[in-house]
Amino acid sequence: MFQVRIHGRGGQGVVTAAEMLSIAAFEEGSYAQAFPSFGSERTGAPVVSFCRISNQEIRLREPIMEPDAIIIQDPTLLNQVDVFSGLKKNGFILINTNKSFTELGLEDFVREWQKDRLCSVSATELSLKHVGRPVPNVPLLGGFAAISGVIQLASVVKAIEDKFSGKVAQGNIAAATEAFNIVSIQMQTGLEHA
Amino acid sequence: MPLQVIKFYQTGTFTVGNRLLSADDRSVQANTQRTNSLNSGHRACQGCGEALGARYAIDAAMNATDRQLIAANATGCLEVFSTPYPETSWQIPWIHSLFGNAAAVATGIAAAVKVKKQKGLIGDVRVVAQGGDGGTTDIGFGCLSGMFERNDDVLYICYDNEAYMNTGVQRSSATPPAARTATTMPVGAHPGNVFGQGKFVPAIAMAHEIPYVATATVADLHDLEYKVTKAMTMRGARYIHILVPCPLGWGYPSNDTIRLARLAKETGLFPVFEAEYDQITSTLPIRRRMPVEEYLKPQKRFAHLFGKKPDVGTIARIQAHADKNIRKYGLLQEEFSQHG
Amino acid sequence: MLKQTEGSHAVAEAVALCRPEVICAYPISPQTHIVEGIGEMVKSGQLTNCEFINVESEFAAMSVAIGASAAGVRAYTATASQGLLYMVEAIYNASGLGLPIVMTVANRAIGAPINIWNDHSDSLSQRDCGWIQLFAETNQEALDLHIQAFKLAEELSLPVMVCMDGFILTHAYERVDMPSQEQVDSFLPPYEPRQVLDTTDPVSIGAMVGPEAFMEVRYLAHAKQMQALERIPQLAKEFNTIFGRDTGGLVHTYKSEDAETIVVAMGSVLGTIKDTIDEMRTSGVKIGVLGITSYRPFPLEEVRQALQNAKRVVVLEKSMAVGIGGILSTDVRLALSSERLNGYTVVAGLGGRAITKKSLHELFSQANRDELPALTFLDLDWNMVNKHLERERTVRRSGPAAENILRDVGVIASKIS
Repeated sequence: MFQVRIHGRGGQGVVTAAEMLSIAAFEEGSYAQAFPSFGSERTGAPVVSFCRISNQEIRLREPIMEPDAIIIQDPTLLNQVDVFSGLKKNGFILINTNKSFTELGLEDFVREWQKDRLCSVSATELSLKHVGRPVPNVPLLGGFAAISGVIQLASVVKAIEDKFSGKVAQGNIAAATEAFNIVSIQMQTGLEHA
Repeated sequence: MPLQVIKFYQTGTFTVGNRLLSADDRSVQANTQRTNSLNSGHRACQGCGEALGARYAIDAAMNATDRQLIAANATGCLEVFSTPYPETSWQIPWIHSLFGNAAAVATGIAAAVKVKKQKGLIGDVRVVAQGGDGGTTDIGFGCLSGMFERNDDVLYICYDNEAYMNTGVQRSSATPPAARTATTMPVGAHPGNVFGQGKFVPAIAMAHEIPYVATATVADLHDLEYKVTKAMTMRGARYIHILVPCPLGWGYPSNDTIRLARLAKETGLFPVFEAEYDQITSTLPIRRRMPVEEYLKPQKRFAHLFGKKPDVGTIARIQAHADKNIRKYGLLQEEFSQHG
Repeated sequence: MLKQTEGSHAVAEAVALCRPEVICAYPISPQTHIVEGIGEMVKSGQLTNCEFINVESEFAAMSVAIGASAAGVRAYTATASQGLLYMVEAIYNASGLGLPIVMTVANRAIGAPINIWNDHSDSLSQRDCGWIQLFAETNQEALDLHIQAFKLAEELSLPVMVCMDGFILTHAYERVDMPSQEQVDSFLPPYEPRQVLDTTDPVSIGAMVGPEAFMEVRYLAHAKQMQALERIPQLAKEFNTIFGRDTGGLVHTYKSEDAETIVVAMGSVLGTIKDTIDEMRTSGVKIGVLGITSYRPFPLEEVRQALQNAKRVVVLEKSMAVGIGGILSTDVRLALSSERLNGYTVVAGLGGRAITKKSLHELFSQANRDELPALTFLDLDWNMVNKHLERERTVRRSGPAAENILRDVGVIASKIS
């Protein structure tokens, strides 16, 4: 079972991200479970969502305490919430930022994890560019496909087409694809992503 | 029937005699054609205004709908005396659910009827909800407002005897100021029900801008029948509020029910009118204006206002309320105010 | 057809397949998505011959359902927590009158203190109202139970509550197999009422019944629950024949045949428990699970049979009998009154506190050593509790209890769970 935890703020599509991730996994024939850490609807408040992916029926219902991957949609959470809590040693981190990990002040912090599993992508910029709205969740899914290989980009595209239609769907597909490419390069070159 | 100007009427009671009406408009109690929606054998008190009002109202509704009528009834006197298990006096399909939900139950029936009609299973079946003042103005108020707001196709009839009679005459939000009830006793500095409280639901119904709102009393039964018949020609939320005196609760001889209902109207204390979408369309004018004492004196629930030292202050306040109604609803038309 | 969808939407679709005719509901977290889903289907024309009514309160919702059902159509509503309590008078009215209304309860805690998260206090508070209560373990079972519920309700003329954990199931995206309209139609025939407000054959419904007949009328409610005990397993079999799934029934056992310790629970927590049990089994621990699907009628005999050979029983419940211990535990105890074994009550997950595999491992290990007290509050922070009790002991004007404890908890947003 592969467990993903997504951190962000209300209004950034954190819950939708987990749902779409589960749809992408479903499209590949996997079982997937997605759920938010529930709270009253409030824009701007910290939000967490979870997604489990497995080739067997998923019965577990607890929040994800030891994720295999963490996606951070809003880096301003880094000082507020213990976003990396429980991340496995060989876990993946994907951050929505145009800064480097060092610039984010995480250089010392991320020493515990494998450098080649820590990536960043400026998802908000990509979303603004392709969709015209600053919602980073979809490009980050493209980035997640690249960093972890747990789902294919094609499945992310299917999930986008499931949730959106018309120009918005196309824009999101373009954003996700570009994010996928950016992160793929980071993974291949092993360059300064963390 | 719409208002007819008839200048001759019986002395003493000032009622208009049957013989002066056209044949179509005469009351005939023993007509075999009567639907008798509320059949004889029910357990109402002698002189019950509600039994009279309900029978006339539902008979009119049954006639207007060719007997295609379903009723939802709130808990209260009417429900209790009309269905003493294992008997029932109702000729139509009838359901009693709870005290505060008659309007909502009627909404549900109306929705069901709409679906069944769409499916071709039934014809044009109509729905009536009924309750006393307690079940309508207090505990049933939320559901009533909801039904109004959605404009559900229900005629709601409130039988107002101005207190929770079934449980022993406790005060409701329809109880008039100064009236004695079991929870507003004629003791202390302000005997009886206090001034400055209470609500007049017909006005609130009008504020919902529903297709039809009317008030009526059991003193003018043709007027009541006319209003119910008219209401049944319309669709959407409709409300009729009927003043139904209660011999036991108000404390008067059981043969005075109709007379007291008439006095309530003639003093101006109970305005009788029709409204459509928040506009008053007609009033039943006062034929012969009476001072409020004529109405209050015969009722034991106001006895504490009279006696050796009458409470002139309170009576004046009640009179002021009657005067206000007369002004507000235009209850006096010049040619009628002359009779003395 | 396989779908990846939110639990609420799965239920909305399943209810729509049952050809409901009047749907009336008042929004309350966490049921909102169910009603919104159906509402949209009606408005778009996807669900035909169905009236969708936006009511002004839960009391109105149940009342509208009562009117509709009495007038002879298939009626449905949904609620949770405070909403369920607000309609209690009408709930008793519906079962007393024998109206086959189906209602989803998206299980949520009852305030004060106000809490929107999951536990079973709401439906359990109505355990004696006469409604049938079925608890779903997964979203698949939730949607399946609704289909079974309409058939069961209409056969018995008794309303049915389908309970599913709020948020944990309602807001979880998972895979479900959605039946086809043909499958549902072959299982669920059109509604044939036992009593109906019909102008061609008028009846009066809802008379006052005095001491001369009340006991007999009420006994019928008991008799119907007994009938339900027989019908529920049969329905599950019939469902399996048409839909190919073993959902519903009275109880489900998991690795319990040779178990020395059996854990009893209801709802979604069964999933986490099963994962824990599997892990413990690999270490050779003889432990199993009994899941209760039909809470009302409570299957005393089936529970007894499932548990009779165990050495000990741990009832893990998301509910509390204040001052006594557990609610489900009490019913299980009744089933075991002729047996001799160790019984442990664990109150867990109140107000949405997560029940983790880690905690369950520890809990079950303790149970196996018979080191559990009779009553355990799982993962309770005794520090916080004692701190507050001390505060109350020393100061009269100690302030609102809930707010004091929250202050001790600290900022919630920084927590993961």
